[in-house]
Amino acid sequence: MIEVKILGTGCPNCKRLEAETRAALDSAQIPYVLTKVTEIDQIAGYGILATPGLVMNEQVVSAGKIPARSWIIKWAQEREAASAE
Amino acid sequence: MTALRYKQGRLFATHIQGFEYKEGNLSMSSLPLRHSPTARAFILVGIAAAVWVVAYNSLQPAADWITYRVLGLSPESHFGSALNFFLYDVPKILLLLSGMVFVITVLRSFVTPEQTRRWLGGRREGVGNVLAAAFGVITPFCSCSAVPLFIGFVESGIPLGVTLSFLIASPMVNEVALIMLLGTFGWQVALLYLVSGLTVAILGGIVIGRLRMERHVEGFVYQVKVRANTPNTDSRLTWPERFDQALSSTRDIVGKVWPFVVVGIAVGAFIHGFVPDAALAEILGKPAWWSVPLAVVVGVPLYANAAGIIPVVSVLLDKGVLLGTALAFMMSVVALSLPEMIILRRVLKPRLIGLYIGVVAVGIVLVGFLFNLILG
Repeated sequence: MIEVKILGTGCPNCKRLEAETRAALDSAQIPYVLTKVTEIDQIAGYGILATPGLVMNEQVVSAGKIPARSWIIKWAQEREAASAE
Repeated sequence: MTALRYKQGRLFATHIQGFEYKEGNLSMSSLPLRHSPTARAFILVGIAAAVWVVAYNSLQPAADWITYRVLGLSPESHFGSALNFFLYDVPKILLLLSGMVFVITVLRSFVTPEQTRRWLGGRREGVGNVLAAAFGVITPFCSCSAVPLFIGFVESGIPLGVTLSFLIASPMVNEVALIMLLGTFGWQVALLYLVSGLTVAILGGIVIGRLRMERHVEGFVYQVKVRANTPNTDSRLTWPERFDQALSSTRDIVGKVWPFVVVGIAVGAFIHGFVPDAALAEILGKPAWWSVPLAVVVGVPLYANAAGIIPVVSVLLDKGVLLGTALAFMMSVVALSLPEMIILRRVLKPRLIGLYIGVVAVGIVLVGFLFNLILG
């Protein structure tokens, strides 16, 4: 189970990132919980300079773009492997 | 024929001789040589570029052929010349936009806001403002990221004035506007726009920096605590990924602006064909000292797409409006928009927002006067 956070104030790209992330993780059958962080001071707390940001297990993996699904799956699998140890 | 399509975040090429699409990778099954994904991506982009050049050069003959041969209209008729203008200009601007946005986005994939912040760290006023304005133009950035970027810059110790130079330059020198100016008026006017936009951003940032406005930034900005884990975003991209992203944002941008281009050019074509020169020149032709401030006052609350405003501006220019007035109008429409001010209000107090609008508006008015003076 990985904990996924979408950092963004609700712009179109944030919604697209959420949809892409869900689609990627569903297709790879990786269990996850997804929360959206929309408060600007909390977003800024992650140290990103551009939205949307993608956070997995409290680590920023991507900021300011919508990464390819293969990347999202790869990051999630890395986090899963790390937490299994 | 070549058809490039974009599907689900992957470069998709169909019907290109020798290429076949397989599992998200471009493979060249009929060619005996083995190519790396990078080589394949370059070959594809090269082919697309060649098709682009051929298409661009056949626009005027094609427009002439359709209007004068197929439809049998006379070049002297109002409708014929308006239609010809429309059929030539719409594909020309759309081709220019697609090609140049693609190139610009590929170049931009080498710059990230994180790198920009590292570059600007520790720079003093002056040099810092010049660099910030330049980076504001080239850093990929959308207005919904203005707030995190502002906080990130200020929090890392970049002076307020330098940060604002970045924030002014970014919308002011708009890549769509730049390309449209290039396509409509040539490189001199495009360069003029670039240089004057940068100048307003540099000077605006310096002025606001000198006025010591730090206490008019919302307090929470200085209290934000960044967690220890620094973003480890993958900034090293492969060439196919760069092309992929560029294709995706080109599709986004052109998809968003094309209706404005079509409507803008249709209005332009109508005026070009039907409205007699004398009518508009009568209203707008007489240059008065107040024409530039008036253009800015009208332009600031107006929030239009750069792509839609330029064809109209180009026609106004044809009909006798001075270049400085027209540019000032366009810059005030593009640089100062209500949606962006609302976004910035979350980090800037009203007085600083007011100062921001005031300084930029005055800068644009001065640019307008200057051009009218030099070129008038």
